Amino acid sequence: MQLSTRNLLGIKDLSSSDISLILQTAEQFKEVLQRPVKKVPSLRDVTIVNLFYENSTRTRFSFELAEKRLSADVINFSASASSVSKGETLLDTVNNILSMKVDMVVMRHSASGAPHFLAKHIPAAIVNAGDGINEHPTQALLDAFSIKEKIGKLEGTKVAIIGDIMHSRVAQSNIYLLKKMGADVTVCGPPTLIPKYIKEALDVKVNYNLKETLQWCDVANVLRIQLERQNQVLFSSLREYSLAYGINKKLLDSLQKNIVIMHPGPMNRGVEIDSDVADSNQSIILQQVENGVAVRMAVLYLLAGRSSESN
Amino acid sequence: MKSILSPDQLAITIKRLAHQVLENHINLENTVVIGIQPRGVFLSDKIVEEIKKELPGTTIGYGKLDITFYRDDIRKELHIANRTDIPFSIEGKNVVLIDDVLYTGRTTRAALDALLDFGRPEKVELCVLIDRRFSRQLPIQPDYVGKSIDSIISQKVKVEWDKKEVVLY
Repeated sequence: MQLSTRNLLGIKDLSSSDISLILQTAEQFKEVLQRPVKKVPSLRDVTIVNLFYENSTRTRFSFELAEKRLSADVINFSASASSVSKGETLLDTVNNILSMKVDMVVMRHSASGAPHFLAKHIPAAIVNAGDGINEHPTQALLDAFSIKEKIGKLEGTKVAIIGDIMHSRVAQSNIYLLKKMGADVTVCGPPTLIPKYIKEALDVKVNYNLKETLQWCDVANVLRIQLERQNQVLFSSLREYSLAYGINKKLLDSLQKNIVIMHPGPMNRGVEIDSDVADSNQSIILQQVENGVAVRMAVLYLLAGRSSESN
Repeated sequence: MKSILSPDQLAITIKRLAHQVLENHINLENTVVIGIQPRGVFLSDKIVEEIKKELPGTTIGYGKLDITFYRDDIRKELHIANRTDIPFSIEGKNVVLIDDVLYTGRTTRAALDALLDFGRPEKVELCVLIDRRFSRQLPIQPDYVGKSIDSIISQKVKVEWDKKEVVLY
């Protein structure tokens, strides 16, 4: 048994058995992370470069930790401290790095499709760590892992994705994954932040009313308002957004059930989520971060096993 | 296909292995049993069951160890990981490592590496149901053997736990 793909570019390319295999392997890595020695020698002979053309804390640390816990050799690259500022192209940068014998590339880029472009041109296995507004597959996998851990299953689970759906690669990857695994998905947010034909294109429900959505769901995945990706006014003010779509304790207490709250981070406290929700026992935000390392270990491990056979 | 152990013989052999372990570990005070996932666990389940029958009321530390992430052949073949569950410290303990078939010794090597990441045991012993002798690729020998057999590389030895039989084919 192995993955059907040699790169992880997006959830769109994965089959449901690929997703199950990753989640199942991640469970075993989560156990490894509880051991006295939280490290296994699986990728001892593998070199991985982390190419980050866009800022990140959680994802970069999480990948780096995952790589080190697998005993891989790691090189970190951030665009601001490199020859990119001298005008080197993406392909040149990567080819230069590859000529130093690198086996895998973990890449984040602000341009959608950048990792797909690389995958066509270089032999190393590529893991997409977020490309523009397209996909963020490892985030969707760790979200699914966290839901499965908390609720017990994905199939039939009702998941609401709330906030800026339009600019969110997390939302897109989550929707692909949840639909493939048989979950029920509703997106919720201001009409200006929800793509017009999303219902037809991705087969999800759309609801513009937050309270109704929360009442319906088992899990609410609250997205960050991405101030850096908005160059037009899509809602009048953060305060207004918070009043209509912010999640607070009072709202959760008014529901007839206990729902699970998730957030991919970084949080804008007081905008899309209030502190009394983020820090409550309904929130699994920190478990998501913890699970991120195990899920990324699973992805790297399975891809390393895959990429070897072509050599 | 050739039968190596019939159901009756298999039951007697497992009983003997359990008694041999008991003989060397009086009262099991400082002893723990660890089965290697996935197939060694069928045997370790049975041996622990026999030990409990022999010494009712004793508690015995029993864990399961998966060695997938310690294999040296991930570049050749990807294996699916199983659950590791060692709910105690192995520091200073006498560990009886259990697997069904000992062949090249590579699984045992990986198991020793994995085990040592959980602590520093006083002593580690190896108990196997079938020893395919003369086919070792590493210097590893078992302490308790159900049955030694001679076989060639193209042959396969399989413990059919559902049919309670060991076959060579």
